[in-house]
Amino acid sequence: MDWGTFLSQLPIVVIVIVGVPAVLVAYIVGTEYLVRLLPDAFRPRVRPWIWVGPALIFVFGFLILPAILTAKTSLESGAGDFVGLQNYQRQLGDFPTGGAWIAIRNNVYWLILYTLVALGFGLLLAVLFDRVRYETFVKSLIFMPMAISAVALGVIWKFMYWYQPPGVPQTGTVNAILGIFHQDPRIWVQDPSVDNFAIIAAATWGITGFAMVILSAALKGIPADLLEAARVDGAGEITIFRRVIFPLMMPTVVVVGTTLVIFALKAFDVVYVMTGGNFETDVLANRMYKLLFFSGNQGGAAAVAMILLAAVVPVLIFNLRQFRAVEARR
Amino acid sequence: MRISSFKVVTIVALGAAMVLAACGGNSSSGNTTNGKIGGTVHFLGTWSGSEQDSFMAVIKPFEDQTGVTVEYEASRDQDAILTTRVTAGNPPEVASAPSPALLTKFANQGKVIALNNVLDMGKLNSEYAKSWIDLGSINGKLYEVYAWGSLKGLVFYNPKVFQQKGYTVPKTWDEMITLQNKIKADGTTPWCIGLESGAASGWPGSDWVKEIVLSQSGPSAYDSWWQGKTKWSSSEIKQAWTTWGQVLGSGDSNVYGGKNFMVSTNFGDAGNGMFDSPPKCFMHNQGSFITDFFVKAKPSLVAGQDFNFFPLPDVNSKYTGAHVVAGDTMSMFKDTPQARALMKYLTTAEAQDIWVKRGGKTAINNKVNVNDYPDALQKNIAQTILSAKIAKYDAGDLMPPDMKNAYWSAILQYVQDQSKLDSILSGLDKVQATAYTT
Amino acid sequence: MSVAAAADRPGTAATAARFSPQWIAGRLSGVVLHLAVIGLTVAWMVPTIGILFTSFRPFTAINSSGWWLALSPPFQFTLDNYSKVLSTSNLGHSFFNSFMISIPATIIPVAIAAFAAYAFAWMKFPFRDWIFLAIVGVLAIPLQLSFVPVLSFFVAHGITPSALPPGLQYLPVWLAHTGYGLPFSIYLLANFFRALPSELFESAEIDGAGTLTVFFRIVLPLSVPALASLVIFQFLWIWNDLLVALIYVGGQPEVAPLTVTLANLTNSYGQGYHLLTAAAFFSMFVPLIVFLSLQRYFVRGILAGSVKG
Repeated sequence: MDWGTFLSQLPIVVIVIVGVPAVLVAYIVGTEYLVRLLPDAFRPRVRPWIWVGPALIFVFGFLILPAILTAKTSLESGAGDFVGLQNYQRQLGDFPTGGAWIAIRNNVYWLILYTLVALGFGLLLAVLFDRVRYETFVKSLIFMPMAISAVALGVIWKFMYWYQPPGVPQTGTVNAILGIFHQDPRIWVQDPSVDNFAIIAAATWGITGFAMVILSAALKGIPADLLEAARVDGAGEITIFRRVIFPLMMPTVVVVGTTLVIFALKAFDVVYVMTGGNFETDVLANRMYKLLFFSGNQGGAAAVAMILLAAVVPVLIFNLRQFRAVEARR
Repeated sequence: MRISSFKVVTIVALGAAMVLAACGGNSSSGNTTNGKIGGTVHFLGTWSGSEQDSFMAVIKPFEDQTGVTVEYEASRDQDAILTTRVTAGNPPEVASAPSPALLTKFANQGKVIALNNVLDMGKLNSEYAKSWIDLGSINGKLYEVYAWGSLKGLVFYNPKVFQQKGYTVPKTWDEMITLQNKIKADGTTPWCIGLESGAASGWPGSDWVKEIVLSQSGPSAYDSWWQGKTKWSSSEIKQAWTTWGQVLGSGDSNVYGGKNFMVSTNFGDAGNGMFDSPPKCFMHNQGSFITDFFVKAKPSLVAGQDFNFFPLPDVNSKYTGAHVVAGDTMSMFKDTPQARALMKYLTTAEAQDIWVKRGGKTAINNKVNVNDYPDALQKNIAQTILSAKIAKYDAGDLMPPDMKNAYWSAILQYVQDQSKLDSILSGLDKVQATAYTT
Repeated sequence: MSVAAAADRPGTAATAARFSPQWIAGRLSGVVLHLAVIGLTVAWMVPTIGILFTSFRPFTAINSSGWWLALSPPFQFTLDNYSKVLSTSNLGHSFFNSFMISIPATIIPVAIAAFAAYAFAWMKFPFRDWIFLAIVGVLAIPLQLSFVPVLSFFVAHGITPSALPPGLQYLPVWLAHTGYGLPFSIYLLANFFRALPSELFESAEIDGAGTLTVFFRIVLPLSVPALASLVIFQFLWIWNDLLVALIYVGGQPEVAPLTVTLANLTNSYGQGYHLLTAAAFFSMFVPLIVFLSLQRYFVRGILAGSVKG
């Protein structure tokens, strides 16, 4: 793009950058002004819908409506006839190795390992880094993998897991480290006994920065005087963490944990790039993708998506209890 | 209002970066023309990187002649993106057709435009081999045309090493097996095979099997197989797998690095071992495109001198001259004058010749001069395609996508444990039973 | 962590007498803390360092030896990979496009989510909790399923890049990223807003402050760390998005973002994948600037200060 074109775009750039926030602020200020014209009794009934309204429209149009259509499709054949639970039966019929079961097993691995390791490391790093002066520096180093797209991440970790036959200099980092300990090189992402863990490790490396940044933001929200008071009372640092810091961070830990659980359920890109679901590494989202675009099996894909949605329900119930507890406290 | 101040900071920072970014790059301006068609045509293709540069070179004279701007976009996930856009009613005017199976689906839904009234069919019939036109036809109507093709089943070798070791190029399958045994007896490894290709892993092995099916059991067995009429567990198909098993050797001892190397090495890197000293392997079976990978990995290699090829010998001499081919196709999804002009242009010898001269592609139009290929090796490939007695399109691409994916996965399972062949094939039979109906 | 915990705390180590056992223990734990922080960071960085080195090596070397050998003779370093990335055609324009997509697509969902999160956290209305749960639940919907219905709607109503006036041609992808980004944004912000002390609101009401004043003067300033982290991630996800952009605006040069252009570095056989290392560092640069510039809002004491004020 040359300067002339850029200058011709400049008014649009300005309009977009100034206009978009202006429209948003004008919406909320303008509607609030209108609400004030209403009689007192109506205001609390109307106001919430004005504040949640735009969000509801977007979420409904982009996600809830497609979800409803998906639920409908999951009960239909390719020709659009109602077939009851046939699509589910095809996905869940052949326990334990047929249909979607390998993918479900792998999603359970993802759910446990990816969520716990990312959450645990994120918390550990957030708490440790909070205590050093060069916090910003180390945090941005941990954050860096977040800034790599999933496709690049998959390619890069293929480099990490590269394999050369024993006796030949290794080009992959992981096998080279094995070599230092006089172990034979092995294949990582093609061997069903380790490949799920190798892929989850790559994905976890990429997401830990996410957990760290949000948990760190929550940590900063804990009033310093609260911690000081505890220290003055002679509490040890571990006690302070357990009794003061962790309970106050709990709502955020739940948020990050829930998000990670949903990411684990939706895990797709890294698997798609690294193995495409071969070697028993399939996951539900990848299975759905293949059914949708390769097999043209809309019904099957929709059924897999509904299984994913169903898996979120326990997490939602936990969340409901959690925020009711927060409300009860205030 | 602290929020707004931090927003402003962000915006200022990003705005500054944007100004910097705007300094580089260039833009294309639409040119108004007199008497030319003008306007734009969108092309969704699979070529990217250096291939995209070649395609843009092909397009350049077209844009100059007609005044039409070709808006080219490349996509790796052609199946996903094209399916979504076509289904939602927002297709590009022209697209490199996805797998023939997906095209059939679009044709049945009436979402792709028949080309019989778009192209000069008389001219096309005289310049294209009938088999290429048949490949693009569904129920007697032409829905896709081929511009460039590639030849599969080329066994690459290092002529210098062959000469030094006293190996000769095999003419028959038996000679090849003899050569393979001789290489092993010398304490070296005959083959390099790499099967890794991300989500498409396994396809290089599927090439082996389909080439063997064609030259062992013949074209009619081949057709009935990809059409889903012959079972995978049938004797013809099973025989092809076991024949490939002989190449791999018991415990994959004929392949460099064995099964671990095969499944973990990218198909594009696998052949490079032939050029190490001492060579890690001596032969590598791949499509004609692979020569570019050789040269990129070792820029000092010279086509013809450091690497050459012989066609994978025919297992059954009855089917001598049988070759598996693949090609780049185009289909039209919206009927506009610009799209019509582009489709016409791409089928001409003039257009195809541009890429031929740049190297890496073989033209389908038989009016393209054989002497335009940049080196002897590519000319040889073109002549092999032109002189092929039996040319069959890639069976995997002709199968429904489900079948194709299962086939690729089966290759990966087979190289890991050849003794499981029967259960692998019965698994493929199960997929075959459902894949063709949806 | 147990030993490390006491370090750098003015209340413990610093007040102990020099060379007393407590003083030595404090110093030691400080050392352990720094060792732990640096050790973890370095271990975490191994793949990143690997990519960085690889991005400066010629393809022939990448293929035949490990990246750590770049530090030993023959020192094979090259800027070729970067010069290839920088000479990609249309790079400048797609960089511009990426900003034109990312900035509004970050501001819109964060603002809308802030409005909604405030209502979910501090207003009462029927079905509030159930609506909230539904919004969190649909986070699990694979985006691919929404493409066809949403794109059909856009096409039917003329919301496509070719039908929109210049400058607004990114509208479909702004709307899409807003829709897809809202559930997480609302979830995160509602959680932070809910945790604000209720006394704040009570005192504001006594002062007669309206809803808008409470929102803009109290809620938003107090949630700056949460807003900052949300902006970082929303920006990052959009910056790195390939699929949503390809579906809604397409990959043609005038609208293609950086991800689309960089993905085209490799050819259809995947050849040229080594360039992705240089491309990864090149495109990492902008999210990193965003991260660093918002870092300074991650400071303790915002809450304490504002309550007093």
